[in-house]
Amino acid sequence: MPTPKSPKTTQTKDASPKKQVYLFGTCLIDMFYPQAGLDAVALLELSGYEVIYPQAQTCCGQPPYNSGFRPPAVKIAKQTIQLFSAKDIPLIVPSASCAGMIKHHYPTLFGPQSLETKQAKQLAQRTFELIDFIADKLPYTQQPSRPPIKVTLHESCSALREMAVANSWRQVLNKLENISVTYPENRQECCGFGGTFSVKSDAISAVMTQDKCQNLLNTEGKQILSGDCGCLMNIGEHLKFESKKDPCLHLASFLVEHFGLRHD
Amino acid sequence: MTNSFSTRIKQALADPQLRSNFRGAMDFLRNKRRLAFSDEDEWEALKKQGAAIRQDAIQRLPELLTQLEQQCLNNGIQVHWAEDDQDANNIVLGIAQQHQSKLVIKGKSMATEEIELNQFLEQHNIECIESDMGEYIVQLDNEKPSHIIMPAIHKNTAQITELFENKLGISTPEGDVDALIGVGRTILRKKFEQADIGISGVNFAIADTGTLCLVENEGNGRLSTTAPSIHIALMGIEKVIPNIKALPTLQKLLTRSATGQHITSYLNLISSPRKPDELDGPKAVHLILLDNGRANISQDEQLKSTLSCIRCGACMNHCPVYTRIGGHAYGSTYPGPIGQILTPQLKGLEQEGELLDACSLNGACGEACPVEIDLPELIRILRHRRQVDVHKPWSLEALVWFIWLQVHQYPRLYRLTTKFAALFRSLKLKTPTNWTNTRTLPKPAKLGLHKQMQRHSKTKSEAEK
Repeated sequence: MPTPKSPKTTQTKDASPKKQVYLFGTCLIDMFYPQAGLDAVALLELSGYEVIYPQAQTCCGQPPYNSGFRPPAVKIAKQTIQLFSAKDIPLIVPSASCAGMIKHHYPTLFGPQSLETKQAKQLAQRTFELIDFIADKLPYTQQPSRPPIKVTLHESCSALREMAVANSWRQVLNKLENISVTYPENRQECCGFGGTFSVKSDAISAVMTQDKCQNLLNTEGKQILSGDCGCLMNIGEHLKFESKKDPCLHLASFLVEHFGLRHD
Repeated sequence: MTNSFSTRIKQALADPQLRSNFRGAMDFLRNKRRLAFSDEDEWEALKKQGAAIRQDAIQRLPELLTQLEQQCLNNGIQVHWAEDDQDANNIVLGIAQQHQSKLVIKGKSMATEEIELNQFLEQHNIECIESDMGEYIVQLDNEKPSHIIMPAIHKNTAQITELFENKLGISTPEGDVDALIGVGRTILRKKFEQADIGISGVNFAIADTGTLCLVENEGNGRLSTTAPSIHIALMGIEKVIPNIKALPTLQKLLTRSATGQHITSYLNLISSPRKPDELDGPKAVHLILLDNGRANISQDEQLKSTLSCIRCGACMNHCPVYTRIGGHAYGSTYPGPIGQILTPQLKGLEQEGELLDACSLNGACGEACPVEIDLPELIRILRHRRQVDVHKPWSLEALVWFIWLQVHQYPRLYRLTTKFAALFRSLKLKTPTNWTNTRTLPKPAKLGLHKQMQRHSKTKSEAEK
């Protein structure tokens, strides 16, 4: 298991007390892709932040919310809002769709005059998608040399639309040396995941996923990058099903590798 | 359509010709629209204006409709109110019978599709011919439109050539679109001469002048509304706009969103029947105001933006689901995202609620909508209502979410569950599921992020000591 570099190396950059951020790891990353979460931490620490990861966090509630089952979603939202309201610090989410749930939907779940709405609005203001948050804080002038590589960026629907952070993703990649970025045909089209959609409307989802994967493979990028673990899971598991290969990588992990933060 | 929605979806997905027709057409339309709105600032400004006009009109629906009725009457247009499809059909039939009409020519109108006017008139031995080329094609093939702007978009040129050969006995050179249109034009020209009633839809009805606007490209709308001696216009009550100043904005948004055209070929402004000193035009104009569930929607604070729709079709053109399954699979008059929100509201969630499942909430429709209807949000709201109103509280899905809640509301139980999943991570499930038909099952990590972050904090605090 590769471990992120100890935060000591970055501390020299800033002598003042470290600014703190919360990390909402998301349930998918917790269970299936913890490395992406650890890499998010490494990037935040590299950018000079101390990361607080409350152990009581679970899910943002988006799956039942999008399926029309609001009461369980509201309950979990309330719990999540309270958990991240202890400190008035940014909440960083390494997944655009979960960030969108917190930022754009939490404020609509409770009565207009309620305390929860007030807290939710406050939380929404300090909720950021990870890559967007660190886009202007990475040490672009200190990039380790690496062999040129062509990567393919999958801009998730949430990154493109609800969170509108896809531009930051592109900008970050464009600032990296020796990285060329390609995009699939129909780049703005959904990969077919859509949470429970992939199970409920499996036939349509399958076709959308196949099309997306074909378009991604056609770019001939060595790695498929994105900042949404739902899409990465959908695309990655389909590619594994078809060819046993999974070239998918979370943007955070790619950046950690690029900046040489990984001790192998 | 008797098949279930899921069967229709499977049939559509198994038809490579259909899929390639839709993919090609939707890519073409998306690109045309993108070029028409190449100025991002202009698009945003126009969209805001358009949304405001439509929201205001829906807000003031009763007032504007009363004004529209009064102005139309002043102009000599006869106004009829239809509560539902039966009402509207009977009004048309009444007018036709009064004039002993045997042939009706129609311009393109989704409202007449909604009330299934053609079928109704045919039952009463009145021939009803579609004069829009796409509508003519689908009528010839006993089909319904698969798109609200381009009714025959599911067919390619070769299929239409074959259809004309089989149904009309007329052969045209392979791939010759102009020849096909020539055939339609020749046949329809005679019908325009013979028909005693012309029926049209209405794109916008201007309340303060009593003017009916009809946006079209083929000139068939103008012929349908001027050649026959009677013109009947059918409109959903939501199509009303306050004044003519609102028209340029909406017109621009409509044509650019629909087909990427900066301006339509024909913009008809119909204000009255033929006046005594005029040489042409219909002797009588009837306007039928169709409710059919719309008034109820206008009273629903959460859902009334559904009525802002100007029927441009951009939501379906940009929908990845519609692009795969096409319009017929939805089995409703209005397909695609707008159909998914409108149909369950018009016909009930019990009957049409399953349409709501066919959406990944990717947001492309909401982004493309020229009047800022938040279609994904409306789908979420309707899914919620369906769950509350229609689903049994003890359904399998309800049980799943009940268990989900138990796990996620108790962080300890949640952590235990992920630990447990990790223990069985090497188990290979043999039963195929909807997910594993085309994907492998994601494997839980040996150590979840929670556990690893516990260790991370520990090493960090030790390092700082």
